[in-house]
Amino acid sequence: MSPRHLLSISDLGADGIDGILRLTDNFVEVSSRQIPKVPALQGKTVVSLFYEDSTRTRLSFETAAKRLSADTMNFSVSTSSVKKGESLRDTVETIEAMGIDAVVVRHGSAGVPQQIATWVDAAVINAGDGWHEHPTQALLDCYTIRQRLGSLEGKRIAIVGDVKHSRVARSDVLAFTALGAEVTLVAPPTLLPPSLEGWPVEATTDLDSVLPKVDVVYLLRMQKERQHEALLPSLREYTAHWGLTRDRARLLADDAIVMHPGPMNRGVEIAAEVANLPNAVITQQVANGVAVRMAVLYLLLGSGVDLAA
Amino acid sequence: MLLKGGTVIDATGSRQADVLIEHGRVAAVGDGLEHRTTIDVAGCVVAPGLVDLHTHLREPGREEAETVESGSRAAAIGGYTAVVAMPNTEPAIDNAGIVRHVLDLGLRALCDVRVAGAITVGRKGEQLAPLGEMAALGVRLFTDDGNGVQDSRLMRRALEYASALGVTLAQHCEDEALAKGGHMNEGEWSSRLGIPGVPAEAEELMVMRDITLSRLTGAPVHFLHLSTAGSVAMVGAAKQQGLPITAEAAPHHFALTDAEVASYDTVFKVNPPLRTEADVAAVRAGLRNGAIDAIATDHAPHALEAKDQPFDQAPPGMLGLETALALALTELDLPIEQVLALLSWQPARIAGLTGEHGGPVVEGAPANLTVIDPAATWVVEPERLASRSRNTPYAGRKLTGRVRHTFLRGEPVVLDGEAQR
Repeated sequence: MSPRHLLSISDLGADGIDGILRLTDNFVEVSSRQIPKVPALQGKTVVSLFYEDSTRTRLSFETAAKRLSADTMNFSVSTSSVKKGESLRDTVETIEAMGIDAVVVRHGSAGVPQQIATWVDAAVINAGDGWHEHPTQALLDCYTIRQRLGSLEGKRIAIVGDVKHSRVARSDVLAFTALGAEVTLVAPPTLLPPSLEGWPVEATTDLDSVLPKVDVVYLLRMQKERQHEALLPSLREYTAHWGLTRDRARLLADDAIVMHPGPMNRGVEIAAEVANLPNAVITQQVANGVAVRMAVLYLLLGSGVDLAA
Repeated sequence: MLLKGGTVIDATGSRQADVLIEHGRVAAVGDGLEHRTTIDVAGCVVAPGLVDLHTHLREPGREEAETVESGSRAAAIGGYTAVVAMPNTEPAIDNAGIVRHVLDLGLRALCDVRVAGAITVGRKGEQLAPLGEMAALGVRLFTDDGNGVQDSRLMRRALEYASALGVTLAQHCEDEALAKGGHMNEGEWSSRLGIPGVPAEAEELMVMRDITLSRLTGAPVHFLHLSTAGSVAMVGAAKQQGLPITAEAAPHHFALTDAEVASYDTVFKVNPPLRTEADVAAVRAGLRNGAIDAIATDHAPHALEAKDQPFDQAPPGMLGLETALALALTELDLPIEQVLALLSWQPARIAGLTGEHGGPVVEGAPANLTVIDPAATWVVEPERLASRSRNTPYAGRKLTGRVRHTFLRGEPVVLDGEAQR
């Protein structure tokens, strides 16, 4: 049974995530071909509707759609009638009236993809909504961890940084724990969610005590604005306590991997040298992003032929 | 007109009696009355009309969402014979001219329309509004509702000044610095949904402050829409100490929790926000034990296009007038006598309407009455509401208890659930 939309990792469950990851193997293979293109979604139209700036996610989805031979449309807020005051709902309904099969949504407000899913018949894919979720990021993170470590079952993963404002963290917690990993959140108390009720995680403020024990350290992007909201005294102090500096990276086990969803603030949450270590899989994450998004598009729009079989 | 065969319930108790209405007044109450125009109300409750302390009628300024007329029709269908219109209109009701304008609009309404004046000019929280000139027009409640008065010194002065006028200041309790940027209750659900939260403490800080200021000034304070367990506890304790404090709670704060927001449906966005199950239980207990004096709707109509927005951009507020009584009867485990006390005579007292509304159903009293079938069940259908807006959070909900008829000074403004004009 296929889901109609991808709004949240919680819609998938462990089996759903596993299905997408297995499907991803096929598209990793496709991507490695000389002509990395299959006709699976010929005649389908995929629209990117991005209300926030994004480079990697938008390009990654577009590349994925094109490699599946779908037609793509790109809706950019800065050149559109949104500037003339068109509402979100009117914009979405206008785009749908052109005849589309899927809409990939990035919006600064939590819940927008879920709202759009109640307004249109097309498949809705959440490409990041406010602080809420970024499910395809979590899927590509899971895929990358599997590639490097074989499995997530029993693996210890630290997610470090601004969890409170992070859609990546919310999706990753759901996905990592669904696949059996033990997750520890590491952040100053001001950057943890107000409540962790119902989150199957540990939380601590002490990064140094966590690093020697983990298989994966996942660093979140630290936004510079946070120091102006009384959440942090300064970025310097953040780096001193929660940045993965060169010294601190030595606490990691030899085979532990370092991840980051990008874009990185080198010198803030991660030292430039650490990002370049062989154990840092940050560009691998990006590479896997295309294949994972191909799998998601194929699952939601495809003919129903089970490529994974 | 004779209401025959019903049970009369008012502040004096409950009894089987027919009620004869003539020339806008109750002409007789007793057994075996006869009249050529008789309405059979067997199985129904005949009670003083309901009084809403907290209605947003949106006129002037937001007539696409509600008008005095449409809001009063919704009120009458909900069993209300009087509502207090909140002053957060555009422009705000902060001077005698606008008070008079809204009162004039109310003359043609289906229920009595009273007005709450703003405490400060433009509800900006900076300069005291002309409370005296508004009080002279009969305004008995003042509030900057939509905002709390942030400046403690200004609030103290307002309380001192108001006490000489015999009026009551009502507070929307919200510490804006602590609440800033929040769009739902802060806690388990806001954390999960990634929506910035407002902690319960943002309300409680101001409840605490205003209890303290009431003690300092001796002036009465009415607390609007209490939503947290901490607020209810503080207000209950302050009343026990004999402070001149009253409080209301809105139906959605005893009927809904913040878990509803998981749908991201903006119909569940309201301020104060929907809270936790523990808060709902505390509000219910407060209504039962007297810490809270009244159920007030905080009826807040919004046009479709305003609510069709991302959750953090949509305006807060939900409809309430047509569902409040049924929600109270369905959700609160209280005898109907107590439900009516919370919806009629207790709020009438706070609004300064005693004598016209909420009084005992006795010979000579103004015939502002509502007839309720407490056993009738119905399903809330947004498109059938009399309000101009559709933002009810109860669509599809099955409720028990329905208003059959409403009489405003003897005029049957609602008959068999249908507005008569």
